[in-house]
Amino acid sequence: MVEIRFHGRGGQGTVVASKILADAIAKEGKWVQAYPEFGVERRGSPVVAFIRIDGRPIYDKSRIYAPDHVVVVDPTLVEAIDITEGLKPGGTIIINSDRRPEEFEFRGKFRVRTINATEIAVKHKLGSLTAPIVNTAIAGAVVKILGLARPESLAAAIRDGIPIKPEDNVKAAEEAYEKA
Amino acid sequence: MRKVIMGNHALSYGAMLARSQVISAYPITPQTQVVELLSEMCADGTLDAQFIKVESEHSAMASCIGASVAGARAFTATSAQGLALMHEMLHWAAGGRHPIVMGNINRAMAPGWSIWTDQNDSLSQRDTGWMQFYCSSNQEVVDTVIQAFKVAETLMIPAMVILDAFALSHTYEVVDVPDQALVDRYLPPFKPSIKLTPADPRAFGGLTGAEHYMELRYKLQKDMEKAPALIEETGREFGKVFGRELGLVDPYLCGDAEFVFVTSGTAGFTARVAVDELRAAGVKAGNLRIKVFRPFPFDRVREVLGKVKKAAVVDRNCSYGAGGIFYQEVKSAVYGRPGMPPLIGYVAGLGGRDITTAQFKEVAADAMAKAKAEEEIVWIGVKK
Repeated sequence: MVEIRFHGRGGQGTVVASKILADAIAKEGKWVQAYPEFGVERRGSPVVAFIRIDGRPIYDKSRIYAPDHVVVVDPTLVEAIDITEGLKPGGTIIINSDRRPEEFEFRGKFRVRTINATEIAVKHKLGSLTAPIVNTAIAGAVVKILGLARPESLAAAIRDGIPIKPEDNVKAAEEAYEKA
Repeated sequence: MRKVIMGNHALSYGAMLARSQVISAYPITPQTQVVELLSEMCADGTLDAQFIKVESEHSAMASCIGASVAGARAFTATSAQGLALMHEMLHWAAGGRHPIVMGNINRAMAPGWSIWTDQNDSLSQRDTGWMQFYCSSNQEVVDTVIQAFKVAETLMIPAMVILDAFALSHTYEVVDVPDQALVDRYLPPFKPSIKLTPADPRAFGGLTGAEHYMELRYKLQKDMEKAPALIEETGREFGKVFGRELGLVDPYLCGDAEFVFVTSGTAGFTARVAVDELRAAGVKAGNLRIKVFRPFPFDRVREVLGKVKKAAVVDRNCSYGAGGIFYQEVKSAVYGRPGMPPLIGYVAGLGGRDITTAQFKEVAADAMAKAKAEEEIVWIGVKK
């Protein structure tokens, strides 16, 4: 069982990112469960989403308290909240940032990776310049870094699940997959 | 077809595949996505149904009753305060023998104002004469809607298909969406023996004096007593067509268990994980998940409990002044029967508080240390 927690802000597509990833992983025959934090999310406020992945049906319906990996969709959250809470030692932290992984310091032994998903989203004109939708670029980096699914499965999940600009979103995911 | 869908959309797909003909609903969090998708299906022609927008849940149920009495297959969905507002019409639907199927998302009743899960909304409707199916996965939701129509229309008794707010309603899971041709083979069109039509005028719901009323209610109870066998029969048939059997209860490792949890809803699946962990630690644990609450599966519950030394009933609800509601039903199932184990009642997870495997292990340790119930309800995870 692999458990991943996503940190973002309302309006960035964090919940959709977890859903698209779940869909891509399920296309390869695995069992997945994806859910948002059970709150009342508002645009701009911190939001959390979760994924469980396993080779057999998943019965645990409780929340994830000790994730294997953490994905940070909004880099400002690294300063604002403890994104490593409960993260298992040796777990991977993937951050949407233009900085290098060494520039981030966390208490505990974690593997840090960065991807400039914002730049990729802006380049492919996803969302607006001030509020780019980075979820598909993030998803591209996550499947590569964590080895969760093939890029073709992710592209298929994006075409199935993103009604607006699906091909630009596929290109963003592919570019992030290459760069990650 | 294997798809990743949320619990709410599992209800929508179930209603679509059952070829619902009338859908009437009023939006309420966390249910709204159920009828949102159905309204899109009606608009784009995926579903050939009349979508009736109304000003309240009371009217939504009234519309479904009207549609049903005219011979249409009717579906609606609601939650918490919306279900409470339907209360009068729920009695009408069951008393009038209108086989409507309704999705209810278990949301805590206000106040305190809450959108999160607990079961008091649907359990408050237990005496209205509706069947109640509590689901634990999105697969079970879509499958149960289809089965519920078949059972409801055979007995002419309405049915609620119930799932936890957020823990299932907003959780995406892998679902094998049944093939329409197979659903059509399993679920024939709704053909009531009498209906409201100008060609054959009849009156429904007229004044019923003391010389007839009791017989109508006697028949409702007698038909409800037929439901357990019918649910099992149609559940086996479902298994033959779709490869997934549906039952009244879902016992997990109960065969050689000395201790069992009695559970329902999503907590009923989390309990299985706790059972695996307890077994790995040498405890012969099991989990009896109750799927159908009305009619209550007395025989199936007794079959399992008669073989164990102790049982802990974990309720995500409370009848204030009495205790957990499943606990009360399980107690009445074993009353006066020899060889039944001591039962201990627990209340957990109200208003969306998480129910974890660690809490189930806490329940197991507490229950196994007690010879009998020392207090009526043990609260789990409460700040005292």
